[in-house]
Amino acid sequence: MAQRTPLFDTHVRSGARMVEFAGWEMPVQYAGVLAEHEAVRTRAGLFDVSHMGEVVFRGPRALEALSRLFTNDLSKVADGQAQYGCLCRESGGIVDDVVVYRRAADDLLVCVNAANRQKDHEWLAGHAAGADVRNESDEWAQLALQGPLAARVLQRLTSADLPAIRTYRFARGEVAGVPCLIARTGYTGEDGFELFCPPDAAARLWDAVVDSGEPEGLQPCGLGARDSLRLEMAYRLYGSDMDDGTTPLEAGLGWVVKLDKGEFVGRDALVRQKEQGLARKLVGFVLTDPGIARHGYPVVQDGRKVGEVTSGTRSPSLGTSIGLAYVPPALAAEGSTFAVEIRGRPAAAKVVKTPFYTRK
Amino acid sequence: MDFPEDLKYTREHEWARQKGSRIVIGITDFAQDQLGDVVFVELPEIGDTVKKGESFGVVESTKAVSELFAPISGKVVEVNDPLADAPETINSDPYEEGWMIAVEPSDPKEVEALMDVRAYRAFVEEQ
Repeated sequence: MAQRTPLFDTHVRSGARMVEFAGWEMPVQYAGVLAEHEAVRTRAGLFDVSHMGEVVFRGPRALEALSRLFTNDLSKVADGQAQYGCLCRESGGIVDDVVVYRRAADDLLVCVNAANRQKDHEWLAGHAAGADVRNESDEWAQLALQGPLAARVLQRLTSADLPAIRTYRFARGEVAGVPCLIARTGYTGEDGFELFCPPDAAARLWDAVVDSGEPEGLQPCGLGARDSLRLEMAYRLYGSDMDDGTTPLEAGLGWVVKLDKGEFVGRDALVRQKEQGLARKLVGFVLTDPGIARHGYPVVQDGRKVGEVTSGTRSPSLGTSIGLAYVPPALAAEGSTFAVEIRGRPAAAKVVKTPFYTRK
Repeated sequence: MDFPEDLKYTREHEWARQKGSRIVIGITDFAQDQLGDVVFVELPEIGDTVKKGESFGVVESTKAVSELFAPISGKVVEVNDPLADAPETINSDPYEEGWMIAVEPSDPKEVEALMDVRAYRAFVEEQ
């Protein structure tokens, strides 16, 4: 049976269409994917992301323990700052892509993907020598308010100094009377905030944000728009674009792999892979023929399958068909062309620079 | 939900409208609502033949790919080409501007065998 977030009743009452995703019953859309997408790009949208998990590292060895399990360099991060990166296996395969929120050197919150809550907790707890690692996923609900007007909508509800919370920073504060961790993070490419709050206050917080955003045209959003928004930014989706069999280097996440920061799990494998060269790379492409490339469609070259599409959609902002695919390095350069087999027929595609969409 | 009285319907949520000797085909209001925003449609060409119960094209929404199944057999005599550039018409006007193809039926009796509006409405309510 699928799990439900504390906002389940709110979604149903508001007319959302619910689907099962990663073991959760979640809203896929309210008004429609395109309308919600547009609201986030031009005004504001509100997402329930309570299905995401939280694993917390505490104690004097917290920072050191997490650093050894994280590809990015946490020594560059101050208290009140967040950082994106990967957890890797010894093989270099990605356990998950996560955001670490450093509340203090001895108190770090790792926000993990919904489907990986348990896996990540087991992995982290099993490899974090000396740190106290807890799965606090059930103790947090999470709302994501995203869009150019997000700050204006939120400021009406809080005395927190939002302009002081710069990108990838966070602060504690009350929003509509609810104690929150207010983080200037998100996964849509727009300015916005993620609000971590107690589950029993989530519905109250949701309603307050919706009411505050009404004059600005705020739109409650589902997973459909979340997917098209993140894909326009070429943000990877765990389980589609990467998994335990993929390394961050293959997934194009080399920028969050700091090989010179010191030891971390997976480092040796990644160093080796870098020396030997990659067998495949994740690239962004646009279709130059009609059609929509979808997850799992083959990438073909000279009639032979050479890769696979991992994500694809019609970009609502650009009006073109975009996607991510694993291809051999020879086809990975910008401007390279290949075909995507759509229902047995080849459609021409061209590798382009990502993100597909740039914020105006 | 809109259920025009003068149409025939399939269990796959296509509708068929008799227009002279031709049968015009599209998808129902229920179908477009279930699909969500339609962003792409792939239709046959004039002169192609379609066969009752078999796929004659594809409609894609932001969420999924869905096949279109022919309510009847026959030859395609007209295609709603503007849908290629404005597939969202299928959402906004599924029974009129959002029509998909017109077919010259090979067996006019096939149309009679389709569900009438009462049967289709009951079918949808069970879904």
